[in-house]
Amino acid sequence: MSNIPVELKYSKEHEWVRVEGDRVVVGITDYAQDSLGEIVYVELPPVGEHYKADEEIATVESVKSASPIFNPVAGVVAEVNEELDGSPELINEDSYENYLYILSDVDLNEIDQLLDSDGYAQYIATLD
Amino acid sequence: MVPYIPHTESDRNRMLQAIGVDSIDQLFDTIPPKLRYKGLLPINEGLSEHEVIRLLQEMLKKNILGTSYLGMGSYDRIIPPTVSQLASHPTFVSAYTPYQPEISQGLLQAMFEYQSMISELTGLEISNASLYDGHTACSEAGAIMISSKRKSTTLLVSETLHPFSLSVLNTWALGTEVTLVIIPETERHTSVNTMIDSLSEEVAGVIVQSPNRYGVVENYTSLSEAVHQNKSLLTISSDPLSLLLQKTPSQWGADIAVGDTQPLGLPSAFGGPSCGYIAVSKRLMRSIPGRVVGLSTDIEGNRAYTLTLQAREQHIRRERATSNICSNQALAAITTAIHIALVGPEGLTDAATQSYDKAHYLHEQLSHITSLRVDTKSPFWCEFPLFFESKAQLDHAVSFLQHKGIYAGVRLGSLTTKKEDEATLIVAVTEKRSKEELDIYVRYMREALA
Repeated sequence: MSNIPVELKYSKEHEWVRVEGDRVVVGITDYAQDSLGEIVYVELPPVGEHYKADEEIATVESVKSASPIFNPVAGVVAEVNEELDGSPELINEDSYENYLYILSDVDLNEIDQLLDSDGYAQYIATLD
Repeated sequence: MVPYIPHTESDRNRMLQAIGVDSIDQLFDTIPPKLRYKGLLPINEGLSEHEVIRLLQEMLKKNILGTSYLGMGSYDRIIPPTVSQLASHPTFVSAYTPYQPEISQGLLQAMFEYQSMISELTGLEISNASLYDGHTACSEAGAIMISSKRKSTTLLVSETLHPFSLSVLNTWALGTEVTLVIIPETERHTSVNTMIDSLSEEVAGVIVQSPNRYGVVENYTSLSEAVHQNKSLLTISSDPLSLLLQKTPSQWGADIAVGDTQPLGLPSAFGGPSCGYIAVSKRLMRSIPGRVVGLSTDIEGNRAYTLTLQAREQHIRRERATSNICSNQALAAITTAIHIALVGPEGLTDAATQSYDKAHYLHEQLSHITSLRVDTKSPFWCEFPLFFESKAQLDHAVSFLQHKGIYAGVRLGSLTTKKEDEATLIVAVTEKRSKEELDIYVRYMREALA
Protein backbone atom coordinates (compact mmCIF):
# COMPACT_ATOMS: atom_id res chain seq x y z
CA MET A 1 0.00 0.00 0.00
CA SER A 2 1.19 3.47 -0.85
CA ASN A 3 1.70 6.04 1.84
CA ILE A 4 -0.71 8.96 1.23
CA PRO A 5 -0.59 11.60 3.99
CA VAL A 6 -4.03 13.16 4.64
CA GLU A 7 -2.76 16.72 5.06
CA LEU A 8 -1.50 16.98 1.44
CA LYS A 9 -3.16 17.65 -1.90
CA TYR A 10 -2.45 15.55 -5.00
CA SER A 11 -2.41 15.73 -8.80
CA LYS A 12 -3.25 12.92 -11.18
CA GLU A 13 0.34 13.21 -12.42
CA HIS A 14 1.45 11.94 -8.99
CA GLU A 15 2.71 15.14 -7.45
CA TRP A 16 1.83 16.24 -3.93
CA VAL A 17 1.59 19.85 -2.78
CA ARG A 18 1.71 21.36 0.69
CA VAL A 19 0.76 24.98 1.38
CA GLU A 20 3.20 26.81 3.67
CA GLY A 21 1.98 30.38 4.18
CA ASP A 22 1.89 31.94 0.73
CA ARG A 23 4.21 29.35 -0.76
CA VAL A 24 3.56 25.87 -2.08
CA VAL A 25 5.91 22.91 -1.65
CA VAL A 26 5.84 20.31 -4.44
CA GLY A 27 7.11 16.73 -4.52
CA ILE A 28 6.30 13.33 -6.00
CA THR A 29 4.16 10.74 -4.25
CA ASP A 30 5.23 7.48 -2.69
CA TYR A 31 3.34 5.71 -5.46
CA ALA A 32 5.39 7.60 -8.09
CA GLN A 33 8.77 6.89 -6.48
CA ASP A 34 7.85 3.23 -6.15
CA SER A 35 6.82 2.99 -9.82
CA LEU A 36 10.01 4.74 -10.98
CA GLY A 37 12.38 2.54 -9.03
CA GLU A 38 15.85 3.63 -7.99
CA ILE A 39 16.12 7.35 -8.77
CA VAL A 40 19.53 8.40 -10.09
CA TYR A 41 19.02 12.00 -11.12
CA VAL A 42 16.61 14.86 -10.71
CA GLU A 43 16.67 17.81 -13.08
CA LEU A 44 15.17 20.81 -11.30
CA PRO A 45 13.83 24.05 -12.82
CA PRO A 46 15.69 27.37 -12.74
CA VAL A 47 14.76 29.58 -9.77
CA GLY A 48 12.78 32.70 -10.70
CA GLU A 49 11.01 31.19 -13.71
CA HIS A 50 7.23 31.18 -13.99
CA TYR A 51 5.54 27.90 -14.86
CA LYS A 52 1.93 27.31 -15.81
CA ALA A 53 -0.17 24.49 -14.38
CA ASP A 54 0.47 21.16 -16.18
CA GLU A 55 3.63 22.53 -17.76
CA GLU A 56 6.63 20.21 -17.77
CA ILE A 57 8.91 21.54 -15.07
CA ALA A 58 11.38 18.86 -14.00
CA THR A 59 12.67 15.42 -14.89
CA VAL A 60 13.11 12.47 -12.58
CA GLU A 61 15.44 9.86 -13.97
CA SER A 62 15.61 6.32 -12.68
CA VAL A 63 17.80 3.51 -13.94
CA LYS A 64 15.03 2.44 -16.29
CA SER A 65 13.36 5.66 -17.41
CA ALA A 66 13.32 9.44 -17.43
CA SER A 67 9.95 10.86 -16.43
CA PRO A 68 8.73 14.41 -16.83
CA ILE A 69 7.21 16.14 -13.81
CA PHE A 70 4.19 18.32 -14.56
CA ASN A 71 3.78 21.41 -12.47
CA PRO A 72 0.53 20.97 -10.45
CA VAL A 73 -0.30 24.68 -9.94
CA ALA A 74 0.91 27.83 -11.67
CA GLY A 75 3.60 29.81 -9.89
CA VAL A 76 7.15 31.09 -9.76
CA VAL A 77 9.96 28.75 -8.69
CA ALA A 78 11.16 30.23 -5.39
CA GLU A 79 13.48 27.47 -4.28
CA VAL A 80 14.66 24.04 -5.41
CA ASN A 81 15.78 21.17 -3.21
CA GLU A 82 19.51 21.27 -3.90
CA GLU A 83 20.14 18.22 -1.72
CA LEU A 84 18.71 16.13 -4.53
CA ASP A 85 21.61 17.15 -6.74
CA GLY A 86 24.04 14.90 -4.92
CA SER A 87 21.54 12.51 -3.35
CA PRO A 88 18.59 11.87 -5.67
CA GLU A 89 17.90 8.59 -3.83
CA LEU A 90 16.47 10.67 -0.94
CA ILE A 91 13.20 10.62 -2.88
CA ASN A 92 13.13 6.82 -2.68
CA GLU A 93 13.81 7.00 1.04
CA ASP A 94 10.99 9.44 1.78
CA SER A 95 9.26 11.19 -1.08
CA TYR A 96 7.24 13.46 1.25
CA GLU A 97 10.15 14.59 3.40
CA ASN A 98 12.22 15.31 0.29
CA TYR A 99 10.40 17.84 -1.87
CA LEU A 100 11.40 18.91 -5.40
CA TYR A 101 10.77 22.65 -5.40
CA ILE A 102 8.81 25.48 -3.78
CA LEU A 103 6.53 27.86 -5.69
CA SER A 104 5.60 31.44 -4.82
CA ASP A 105 2.96 33.67 -6.43
CA VAL A 106 0.45 30.84 -6.43
CA ASP A 107 -3.30 31.28 -6.71
CA LEU A 108 -4.33 29.27 -3.67
CA ASN A 109 -7.78 28.65 -5.20
CA GLU A 110 -6.04 26.43 -7.72
CA ILE A 111 -4.98 24.13 -4.89
CA ASP A 112 -8.63 23.35 -4.20
CA GLN A 113 -8.93 21.84 -7.68
CA LEU A 114 -6.42 19.13 -6.71
CA LEU A 115 -7.35 15.76 -5.20
CA ASP A 116 -7.40 15.12 -1.45
CA SER A 117 -5.79 11.99 -0.02
CA ASP A 118 -8.97 9.90 -0.39
CA GLY A 119 -9.46 11.04 -3.95
CA TYR A 120 -5.85 10.24 -4.83
CA ALA A 121 -6.07 6.81 -3.14
CA GLN A 122 -9.16 6.02 -5.19
CA TYR A 123 -7.46 7.31 -8.33
CA ILE A 124 -4.36 5.13 -8.01
CA ALA A 125 -6.53 2.12 -7.16
CA THR A 126 -7.91 2.41 -10.72
CA LEU A 127 -4.39 2.34 -12.24
CA ASP A 128 -3.00 -1.07 -11.38
CA MET B 1 27.86 -13.04 -58.44
CA VAL B 2 25.53 -15.07 -56.27
CA PRO B 3 22.92 -12.72 -54.85
CA TYR B 4 22.93 -12.62 -51.08
CA ILE B 5 19.45 -13.95 -50.44
CA PRO B 6 19.55 -16.45 -47.61
CA HIS B 7 16.12 -18.01 -48.22
CA THR B 8 15.68 -20.93 -50.63
CA GLU B 9 12.57 -21.51 -52.70
CA SER B 10 11.42 -24.17 -50.21
CA ASP B 11 12.04 -21.80 -47.25
CA ARG B 12 9.79 -19.26 -48.93
CA ASN B 13 7.09 -21.81 -49.66
CA ARG B 14 7.13 -23.01 -46.04
CA MET B 15 6.75 -19.43 -44.79
CA LEU B 16 3.91 -18.71 -47.21
CA GLN B 17 2.19 -21.95 -46.14
CA ALA B 18 2.55 -21.04 -42.48
CA ILE B 19 0.70 -17.75 -42.96
CA GLY B 20 -1.80 -19.22 -45.39
CA VAL B 21 -0.85 -17.27 -48.51
CA ASP B 22 -0.35 -18.79 -51.99
CA SER B 23 2.28 -16.49 -53.44
CA ILE B 24 4.51 -13.54 -52.55
CA ASP B 25 2.48 -11.34 -54.92
CA GLN B 26 -0.58 -12.01 -52.80
CA LEU B 27 1.16 -10.22 -49.89
CA PHE B 28 0.77 -6.97 -51.82
CA ASP B 29 -2.93 -7.41 -52.58
CA THR B 30 -3.87 -4.53 -50.29
CA ILE B 31 -1.97 -2.11 -52.55
CA PRO B 32 -4.25 -1.09 -55.46
CA PRO B 33 -2.99 -2.65 -58.77
CA LYS B 34 -2.57 0.74 -60.46
CA LEU B 35 -0.03 1.75 -57.79
CA ARG B 36 1.98 -1.41 -58.23
CA TYR B 37 5.05 -1.63 -60.47
CA LYS B 38 4.65 -4.19 -63.19
CA GLY B 39 7.42 -6.17 -64.80
CA LEU B 40 11.07 -6.21 -63.86
CA LEU B 41 13.18 -3.21 -62.94
CA PRO B 42 15.27 -2.01 -65.89
CA ILE B 43 18.63 -2.95 -64.41
CA ASN B 44 21.34 -5.04 -65.97
CA GLU B 45 21.79 -8.74 -65.45
CA GLY B 46 24.25 -9.54 -62.69
CA LEU B 47 27.96 -9.98 -63.36
CA SER B 48 30.27 -12.77 -62.35
CA GLU B 49 32.71 -12.18 -59.52
CA HIS B 50 35.56 -11.92 -61.98
CA GLU B 51 33.67 -9.39 -64.11
CA VAL B 52 32.88 -7.28 -61.05
CA ILE B 53 36.54 -7.17 -60.04
CA ARG B 54 37.53 -6.15 -63.57
CA LEU B 55 34.86 -3.43 -63.63
CA LEU B 56 36.00 -2.02 -60.30
CA GLN B 57 39.64 -2.06 -61.38
CA GLU B 58 38.72 -0.08 -64.50
CA MET B 59 36.96 2.45 -62.32
CA LEU B 60 39.93 2.67 -59.95
CA LYS B 61 42.19 3.55 -62.89
CA LYS B 62 40.30 6.81 -63.21
CA ASN B 63 41.74 7.95 -59.88
CA ILE B 64 44.61 10.35 -60.32
CA LEU B 65 46.97 10.11 -57.41
CA GLY B 66 48.70 13.31 -56.48
CA THR B 67 50.35 15.28 -53.72
CA SER B 68 47.50 16.72 -51.75
CA TYR B 69 47.11 20.22 -50.41
CA LEU B 70 43.40 19.65 -50.00
CA GLY B 71 41.93 20.39 -46.60
CA MET B 72 38.87 22.20 -45.31
CA GLY B 73 38.06 19.42 -42.91
CA SER B 74 39.78 16.43 -44.49
CA TYR B 75 43.56 16.23 -44.62
CA ASP B 76 46.34 14.07 -46.03
CA ARG B 77 48.24 13.23 -42.84
CA ILE B 78 50.75 10.56 -41.85
CA ILE B 79 49.00 7.46 -40.56
CA PRO B 80 51.31 4.69 -39.32
CA PRO B 81 50.41 1.44 -41.17
CA THR B 82 50.02 -0.22 -37.76
CA VAL B 83 46.83 1.82 -37.27
CA SER B 84 44.85 0.13 -40.02
CA GLN B 85 46.44 -3.21 -39.16
CA LEU B 86 45.12 -3.02 -35.59
CA ALA B 87 41.83 -1.39 -36.53
CA SER B 88 41.14 -4.20 -39.03
CA HIS B 89 41.06 -6.71 -36.20
CA PRO B 90 37.89 -8.76 -36.90
CA THR B 91 36.39 -8.13 -33.46
CA PHE B 92 36.50 -4.37 -34.12
CA VAL B 93 35.41 -4.54 -37.75
CA SER B 94 32.40 -6.76 -37.17
CA ALA B 95 31.23 -5.43 -33.85
CA TYR B 96 28.44 -2.88 -33.99
CA THR B 97 28.01 -0.61 -30.98
CA PRO B 98 26.25 -3.02 -28.65
CA TYR B 99 22.74 -2.14 -27.60
CA GLN B 100 22.91 -4.55 -24.70
CA PRO B 101 24.84 -2.45 -22.22
CA GLU B 102 27.14 -5.11 -20.86
CA ILE B 103 28.42 -7.16 -23.78
CA SER B 104 31.72 -6.86 -25.67
CA GLN B 105 33.97 -5.66 -22.88
CA GLY B 106 36.87 -5.28 -25.33
CA LEU B 107 34.92 -3.04 -27.68
CA LEU B 108 33.51 -1.01 -24.81
CA GLN B 109 36.99 -0.53 -23.39
CA ALA B 110 38.25 0.70 -26.77
CA MET B 111 35.35 3.19 -26.93
CA PHE B 112 36.04 4.27 -23.36
CA GLU B 113 39.68 4.94 -24.27
CA TYR B 114 38.50 7.02 -27.23
CA GLN B 115 36.20 9.05 -24.97
CA SER B 116 39.00 9.63 -22.46
CA MET B 117 41.30 10.90 -25.21
CA ILE B 118 38.69 13.30 -26.61
CA SER B 119 38.06 14.54 -23.10
CA GLU B 120 41.77 15.17 -22.60
CA LEU B 121 42.19 16.91 -25.97
CA THR B 122 39.24 19.27 -25.48
CA GLY B 123 39.58 19.72 -21.72
CA LEU B 124 35.88 18.98 -21.22
CA GLU B 125 34.86 16.21 -18.81
CA ILE B 126 32.35 14.17 -20.81
CA SER B 127 32.74 12.76 -24.33
CA ASN B 128 30.36 10.42 -26.05
CA ALA B 129 31.40 7.40 -28.12
CA SER B 130 31.41 9.56 -31.31
CA LEU B 131 28.95 10.93 -33.85
CA TYR B 132 28.78 10.61 -37.64
CA ASP B 133 30.99 13.57 -38.50
CA GLY B 134 32.05 17.01 -37.34
CA HIS B 135 29.21 18.80 -39.10
CA THR B 136 26.43 16.71 -37.58
CA ALA B 137 28.25 17.10 -34.25
CA CYS B 138 27.72 20.85 -34.70
CA SER B 139 23.96 20.45 -35.00
CA GLU B 140 23.89 18.07 -32.02
CA ALA B 141 25.63 20.81 -30.03
CA GLY B 142 22.90 23.17 -31.23
CA ALA B 143 20.26 20.76 -29.96
CA ILE B 144 21.89 20.56 -26.52
CA MET B 145 22.02 24.35 -26.25
CA ILE B 146 18.41 24.80 -27.35
CA SER B 147 17.14 22.22 -24.85
CA SER B 148 19.21 23.60 -22.00
CA LYS B 149 17.63 27.05 -21.86
CA ARG B 150 13.91 27.34 -21.43
CA LYS B 151 11.93 29.32 -24.01
CA SER B 152 15.08 30.06 -25.97
CA THR B 153 14.96 29.22 -29.65
CA THR B 154 17.82 31.16 -31.18
CA LEU B 155 21.39 30.16 -31.92
CA LEU B 156 24.05 32.66 -32.95
CA VAL B 157 26.38 31.09 -35.49
CA SER B 158 29.54 32.63 -36.87
CA GLU B 159 29.75 32.96 -40.65
CA THR B 160 33.31 31.63 -40.46
CA LEU B 161 32.03 28.13 -39.69
CA HIS B 162 32.77 25.47 -42.30
CA PRO B 163 30.13 25.82 -45.07
CA PHE B 164 29.08 22.18 -44.51
CA SER B 165 28.51 22.81 -40.79
CA LEU B 166 26.28 25.77 -41.66
CA SER B 167 24.44 23.68 -44.21
CA VAL B 168 23.81 20.80 -41.77
CA LEU B 169 22.69 23.29 -39.11
CA ASN B 170 20.25 24.83 -41.60
CA THR B 171 18.80 21.46 -42.50
CA TRP B 172 18.51 20.49 -38.85
CA ALA B 173 16.74 23.73 -37.94
CA LEU B 174 14.33 23.50 -40.89
CA GLY B 175 10.74 23.02 -39.80
CA THR B 176 11.55 23.47 -36.11
CA GLU B 177 11.15 26.50 -33.87
CA VAL B 178 14.89 27.05 -33.94
CA THR B 179 16.18 30.27 -35.50
CA LEU B 180 19.75 30.42 -36.69
CA VAL B 181 21.24 33.88 -36.76
CA ILE B 182 24.40 33.96 -38.86
CA ILE B 183 26.75 36.63 -37.55
CA PRO B 184 28.65 38.10 -40.55
CA GLU B 185 32.42 37.78 -40.38
CA THR B 186 34.95 40.59 -40.22
CA GLU B 187 37.82 39.95 -42.63
CA ARG B 188 37.77 36.20 -42.15
CA HIS B 189 37.40 36.41 -38.36
CA THR B 190 34.32 35.83 -36.21
CA SER B 191 32.85 39.23 -35.30
CA VAL B 192 33.10 38.58 -31.58
CA ASN B 193 31.80 42.02 -30.60
CA THR B 194 28.78 41.82 -32.90
CA MET B 195 28.12 38.38 -31.49
CA ILE B 196 28.22 39.69 -27.93
CA ASP B 197 25.95 42.60 -28.89
CA SER B 198 23.48 40.13 -30.44
CA LEU B 199 23.02 38.16 -27.22
CA SER B 200 19.48 38.38 -25.90
CA GLU B 201 17.09 36.39 -23.76
CA GLU B 202 16.06 34.21 -26.72
CA VAL B 203 19.64 33.16 -27.43
CA ALA B 204 20.29 29.63 -26.19
CA GLY B 205 23.84 29.42 -27.45
CA VAL B 206 26.65 30.43 -29.74
CA ILE B 207 28.65 28.33 -32.21
CA VAL B 208 32.09 29.34 -33.45
CA GLN B 209 34.95 27.49 -35.14
CA SER B 210 38.72 27.74 -34.82
CA PRO B 211 40.66 27.24 -36.99
CA ASN B 212 37.77 28.53 -39.05
CA ARG B 213 36.83 27.89 -42.68
CA TYR B 214 39.75 30.05 -43.86
CA GLY B 215 42.19 28.30 -41.54
CA VAL B 216 42.30 31.38 -39.30
CA VAL B 217 42.93 30.73 -35.61
CA GLU B 218 40.33 32.85 -33.87
CA ASN B 219 40.45 34.80 -30.62
CA TYR B 220 37.53 34.38 -28.23
CA THR B 221 38.65 36.67 -25.42
CA SER B 222 35.62 37.86 -23.43
CA LEU B 223 33.20 35.75 -25.52
CA SER B 224 32.45 33.01 -22.99
CA GLU B 225 32.04 35.52 -20.17
CA ALA B 226 29.40 37.44 -22.12
CA VAL B 227 27.68 34.26 -23.30
CA HIS B 228 27.46 32.85 -19.78
CA GLN B 229 26.30 36.15 -18.35
CA ASN B 230 23.42 35.85 -20.79
CA LYS B 231 22.73 32.33 -19.42
CA SER B 232 23.59 30.92 -22.82
CA LEU B 233 26.09 28.24 -23.80
CA LEU B 234 29.20 28.31 -25.98
CA THR B 235 30.20 25.66 -28.54
CA ILE B 236 33.60 25.68 -30.21
CA SER B 237 34.27 23.51 -33.24
CA SER B 238 37.92 22.61 -33.85
CA ASP B 239 40.24 20.36 -35.76
CA PRO B 240 41.28 18.10 -32.86
CA LEU B 241 44.95 18.11 -33.90
CA SER B 242 45.02 21.92 -33.68
CA LEU B 243 44.18 21.63 -29.98
CA LEU B 244 47.75 20.48 -29.32
CA LEU B 245 48.91 24.01 -30.21
CA GLN B 246 46.01 26.42 -29.70
CA LYS B 247 43.88 27.12 -26.65
CA THR B 248 41.46 24.26 -25.98
CA PRO B 249 37.67 24.81 -25.99
CA SER B 250 37.73 24.40 -22.23
CA GLN B 251 40.43 27.09 -21.89
CA TRP B 252 38.21 29.47 -23.89
CA GLY B 253 35.38 28.68 -21.49
CA ALA B 254 33.30 26.61 -23.92
CA ASP B 255 30.58 24.31 -22.61
CA ILE B 256 30.65 22.09 -25.69
CA ALA B 257 33.48 21.08 -28.02
CA VAL B 258 32.85 19.49 -31.41
CA GLY B 259 34.78 18.57 -34.50
CA ASP B 260 35.88 15.72 -36.71
CA THR B 261 38.55 13.16 -35.85
CA GLN B 262 39.55 12.62 -39.50
CA PRO B 263 42.95 14.29 -38.86
CA LEU B 264 43.64 11.66 -36.19
CA GLY B 265 44.26 8.45 -38.08
CA LEU B 266 41.51 8.42 -40.71
CA PRO B 267 42.42 8.57 -44.41
CA SER B 268 40.94 11.40 -46.47
CA ALA B 269 39.65 9.29 -49.36
CA PHE B 270 36.46 10.65 -50.90
CA GLY B 271 35.39 12.35 -47.70
CA GLY B 272 34.87 9.32 -45.58
CA PRO B 273 34.36 7.56 -43.36
CA SER B 274 35.07 10.20 -40.80
CA CYS B 275 33.98 10.54 -37.22
CA GLY B 276 32.48 13.39 -35.23
CA TYR B 277 33.51 14.12 -31.68
CA ILE B 278 31.51 15.93 -29.03
CA ALA B 279 32.55 16.69 -25.47
CA VAL B 280 30.63 18.65 -22.84
CA SER B 281 31.15 20.05 -19.39
CA LYS B 282 29.97 17.88 -16.52
CA ARG B 283 26.81 19.86 -15.99
CA LEU B 284 25.63 18.95 -19.49
CA MET B 285 26.33 15.23 -18.93
CA ARG B 286 22.65 14.33 -19.20
CA SER B 287 22.19 16.24 -22.43
CA ILE B 288 25.03 14.74 -24.45
CA PRO B 289 23.58 12.79 -27.38
CA GLY B 290 24.30 9.24 -28.46
CA ARG B 291 26.19 6.39 -26.91
CA VAL B 292 28.27 6.90 -23.76
CA VAL B 293 30.49 4.19 -22.30
CA GLY B 294 31.03 4.24 -18.55
CA LEU B 295 33.50 2.47 -16.28
CA SER B 296 32.14 0.63 -13.26
CA THR B 297 32.70 -2.54 -11.27
CA ASP B 298 30.70 -5.76 -11.50
CA ILE B 299 29.25 -7.62 -8.48
CA GLU B 300 32.54 -9.45 -8.03
CA GLY B 301 34.45 -6.19 -7.88
CA ASN B 302 36.02 -6.54 -11.34
CA ARG B 303 36.48 -3.57 -13.63
CA ALA B 304 33.51 -3.47 -16.00
CA TYR B 305 32.58 -1.21 -18.89
CA THR B 306 28.97 -0.51 -19.74
CA LEU B 307 26.87 1.71 -21.95
CA THR B 308 25.49 4.26 -19.53
CA LEU B 309 23.11 7.19 -19.16
CA GLN B 310 20.72 5.57 -21.61
CA ALA B 311 17.62 6.96 -19.92
CA ARG B 312 18.09 10.18 -21.94
CA GLU B 313 18.18 8.26 -25.24
CA GLN B 314 15.48 7.82 -27.83
CA HIS B 315 14.86 4.10 -27.28
CA ILE B 316 13.91 4.84 -23.66
CA ARG B 317 12.84 8.45 -23.59
CA ARG B 318 10.99 8.32 -26.89
CA GLU B 319 9.87 11.73 -28.18
CA ARG B 320 11.31 13.43 -25.10
CA ALA B 321 14.84 12.46 -26.04
CA THR B 322 17.06 15.46 -26.78
CA SER B 323 18.55 13.75 -29.84
CA ASN B 324 17.63 11.22 -32.51
CA ILE B 325 21.12 9.80 -32.63
CA CYS B 326 21.14 6.15 -31.54
CA SER B 327 24.39 5.11 -33.14
CA ASN B 328 27.94 6.25 -33.67
CA GLN B 329 31.05 5.68 -35.78
CA ALA B 330 32.49 2.89 -33.64
CA LEU B 331 35.18 1.66 -36.02
CA ALA B 332 36.33 5.14 -37.02
CA ALA B 333 36.41 6.21 -33.37
CA ILE B 334 38.45 3.15 -32.41
CA THR B 335 40.81 3.87 -35.31
CA THR B 336 41.24 7.38 -33.91
CA ALA B 337 41.96 5.97 -30.45
CA ILE B 338 44.51 3.52 -31.87
CA HIS B 339 46.19 6.34 -33.82
CA ILE B 340 46.42 8.59 -30.76
CA ALA B 341 47.70 5.73 -28.60
CA LEU B 342 50.38 4.80 -31.16
CA VAL B 343 51.57 8.30 -31.94
CA GLY B 344 51.29 9.60 -28.39
CA PRO B 345 51.17 13.19 -27.14
CA GLU B 346 54.68 13.93 -28.43
CA GLY B 347 53.87 12.53 -31.86
CA LEU B 348 50.70 14.57 -32.09
CA THR B 349 52.44 17.76 -30.99
CA ASP B 350 55.17 17.05 -33.51
CA ALA B 351 52.63 16.58 -36.34
CA ALA B 352 50.79 19.77 -35.32
CA THR B 353 54.04 21.76 -35.08
CA GLN B 354 55.42 20.50 -38.39
CA SER B 355 52.13 21.34 -40.07
CA TYR B 356 52.39 24.86 -38.66
CA ASP B 357 56.00 25.32 -39.75
CA LYS B 358 55.53 23.91 -43.24
CA ALA B 359 52.29 25.82 -43.87
CA HIS B 360 54.00 29.05 -42.83
CA TYR B 361 56.96 28.30 -45.08
CA LEU B 362 54.69 27.75 -48.09
CA HIS B 363 52.63 30.82 -47.18
CA GLU B 364 55.75 32.95 -47.08
CA GLN B 365 57.10 31.57 -50.37
CA LEU B 366 53.80 32.12 -52.17
CA SER B 367 53.54 35.69 -50.88
CA HIS B 368 56.42 36.59 -53.21
CA ILE B 369 54.45 35.67 -56.34
CA THR B 370 53.23 38.99 -57.68
CA SER B 371 49.82 38.02 -59.01
CA LEU B 372 48.89 36.22 -55.78
CA ARG B 373 47.72 37.75 -52.56
CA VAL B 374 47.92 36.18 -49.09
CA ASP B 375 46.53 37.31 -45.74
CA THR B 376 49.53 38.50 -43.76
CA LYS B 377 47.60 39.64 -40.70
CA SER B 378 45.50 36.68 -39.57
CA PRO B 379 47.09 34.00 -37.41
CA PHE B 380 46.75 30.53 -38.91
CA TRP B 381 47.88 26.99 -38.26
CA CYS B 382 48.13 24.60 -41.22
CA GLU B 383 45.74 26.09 -43.74
CA PHE B 384 45.43 29.48 -45.42
CA PRO B 385 43.60 31.24 -48.25
CA LEU B 386 45.35 32.11 -51.46
CA PHE B 387 43.74 34.96 -53.39
CA PHE B 388 43.95 34.96 -57.19
CA GLU B 389 43.13 37.85 -59.50
CA SER B 390 40.15 36.02 -60.97
CA LYS B 391 38.32 32.70 -61.00
CA ALA B 392 39.78 32.02 -64.48
CA GLN B 393 43.29 32.50 -63.17
CA LEU B 394 42.59 30.21 -60.20
CA ASP B 395 41.08 27.53 -62.44
CA HIS B 396 44.07 27.68 -64.72
CA ALA B 397 46.54 27.34 -61.84
CA VAL B 398 44.64 24.46 -60.24
CA SER B 399 44.47 22.55 -63.48
CA PHE B 400 48.12 23.32 -64.29
CA LEU B 401 49.25 21.90 -60.95
CA GLN B 402 46.93 18.95 -61.26
CA HIS B 403 48.68 17.98 -64.50
CA LYS B 404 51.91 18.03 -62.53
CA GLY B 405 50.41 15.62 -59.98
CA ILE B 406 49.54 18.23 -57.37
CA TYR B 407 46.14 18.94 -55.84
CA ALA B 408 46.71 22.63 -55.14
CA GLY B 409 43.89 23.18 -52.66
CA VAL B 410 40.14 23.45 -52.21
CA ARG B 411 38.30 26.05 -54.30
CA LEU B 412 36.39 27.96 -51.63
CA GLY B 413 33.91 29.10 -54.29
CA SER B 414 32.83 25.52 -54.87
CA LEU B 415 31.52 25.35 -51.29
CA THR B 416 29.97 28.79 -50.88
CA THR B 417 27.84 31.21 -52.88
CA LYS B 418 29.88 34.31 -52.08
CA LYS B 419 31.18 36.09 -55.14
CA GLU B 420 34.50 36.99 -53.51
CA ASP B 421 35.19 33.32 -52.72
CA GLU B 422 35.36 32.41 -56.39
CA ALA B 423 39.00 33.43 -56.73
CA THR B 424 40.05 31.97 -53.37
CA LEU B 425 41.92 28.71 -52.93
CA ILE B 426 42.26 27.17 -49.47
CA VAL B 427 45.66 25.51 -49.19
CA ALA B 428 46.34 22.94 -46.48
CA VAL B 429 49.83 21.80 -45.55
CA THR B 430 50.38 18.82 -43.28
CA GLU B 431 53.40 17.22 -41.62
CA LYS B 432 53.44 14.77 -44.54
CA ARG B 433 54.76 17.36 -47.03
CA SER B 434 58.50 17.64 -47.50
CA LYS B 435 60.40 20.86 -48.19
CA GLU B 436 61.10 19.58 -51.72
CA GLU B 437 57.40 19.13 -52.33
CA LEU B 438 56.66 22.63 -51.04
CA ASP B 439 59.34 24.11 -53.29
CA ILE B 440 57.93 22.23 -56.28
CA TYR B 441 54.47 23.62 -55.45
CA VAL B 442 55.85 27.16 -55.49
CA ARG B 443 57.77 26.56 -58.71
CA TYR B 444 54.74 25.21 -60.60
CA MET B 445 52.53 27.95 -59.19
CA ARG B 446 54.99 30.52 -60.54
CA GLU B 447 55.01 28.77 -63.91
CA ALA B 448 51.24 28.57 -64.02
CA LEU B 449 50.87 32.29 -63.38
CA ALA B 450 53.77 33.42 -65.56
